[in-house]
Amino acid sequence: MSLTKIFIGAFLVNNILLMRFIALCSFFGVSTSMDTSVGMSAAVVFVTMLAAWVCWVLWHALLLPLGLGFLRTAVFILVIAGLVQFVEMFLRKYMRGLYSAMGIYLPLITTNCAILAVTFLNVDYGFNLLQATIYALGVGGGYSLAIILFAAIRERLEDSPVSPSFRGYPIAFVGASLISLAFLGFANLFGITI
Amino acid sequence: MTRTKPSRLSYLTTGIIKENPTLILMIGLCPTLATTTSARDALGMSAAASFVLILSNVVISLVRKFIQPSIRIPIFIIIISTFVTIIDYALQAYQPSLYRVLGVFVPLIVVNCIILGRAEAFAYNHGVFDSFLDGLGNSLGFTLLLVVMGSVREFFAAGTIFGKVVTPAWYRSAPMLFMIFPPGAFFLIGILKALVIKLKLDKG
Repeated sequence: MSLTKIFIGAFLVNNILLMRFIALCSFFGVSTSMDTSVGMSAAVVFVTMLAAWVCWVLWHALLLPLGLGFLRTAVFILVIAGLVQFVEMFLRKYMRGLYSAMGIYLPLITTNCAILAVTFLNVDYGFNLLQATIYALGVGGGYSLAIILFAAIRERLEDSPVSPSFRGYPIAFVGASLISLAFLGFANLFGITI
Repeated sequence: MTRTKPSRLSYLTTGIIKENPTLILMIGLCPTLATTTSARDALGMSAAASFVLILSNVVISLVRKFIQPSIRIPIFIIIISTFVTIIDYALQAYQPSLYRVLGVFVPLIVVNCIILGRAEAFAYNHGVFDSFLDGLGNSLGFTLLLVVMGSVREFFAAGTIFGKVVTPAWYRSAPMLFMIFPPGAFFLIGILKALVIKLKLDKG
């Protein structure tokens, strides 16, 4: 599996938000404004890369040789929780504006399924460290692409005349459905299935 | 001054309709959209998530007196991931075909916001039996929505419900395949949410 294919697969073909339905809570929660979307995307790309490395090394150096495969879920989620705590402390100290913009979603990045899913999929697909890095980058990029596209649409939805029962979440879902329909056009691009 | 204590029954029922975790609170969306391509898969997913939700609620409320508040979240996550690992291996062993369909969404139950949300908001400061009822109520609410979504999507995309043929042959020769793909899931939950809002607006 070539690296380009892994990247395009994660970035477009199987976009983590629009095709795989992973990390939707943050997708709908944060995308109400462009600023928070960009901040969240940056945090996700950063934490996904870090988590992919740490979990890959832990899996191949510790869990697999010791036959502790059943601890995968517990170990990976704890590693991510620790990393998130670290990122949170870093932002609180050095990037106050971003910290206040993300509000309650920064702790929630622990339960951001995108990050955990990447660490699991890296193991399931049997990637080596370079492939795992590219995959994590593709997923993070795909997450950013989808959430930023969606934020642009939602900012316009705020001012548009929507029927009262569709205001807020329902019309956002319909919008997401339309973007997802566009992404469906990438299905089987270059024969990529991952 | 007397404070009215919410009844036992209300613990069970709020999670089903009034505070339905997925449709009203909009949490736990990933499995709701991803694993509802058929009614059977939806039921399998909600059974797995319910197992984890109920048991983690019970265990967390059992040991809540011993958990330091400052480290409660990691402890919750360890307890939840224990049950996720159990259901992960059990499904792999006894329901391999279902496991293949659900794929990465089984281990991802550990980050289902509903489970951590109930642990934090309810089980950590309520008794064991009440937590059990709360877990059961939320599980039923989650299951209800998943099975509805799975049935509707399967009905439109394949003309069947739980694998039973319910549409005439002419429909099944050219069904609305759109509904089985991701856009169909987004569209359907949008419509369901709009219906909920409409009902609320009508009530005043």
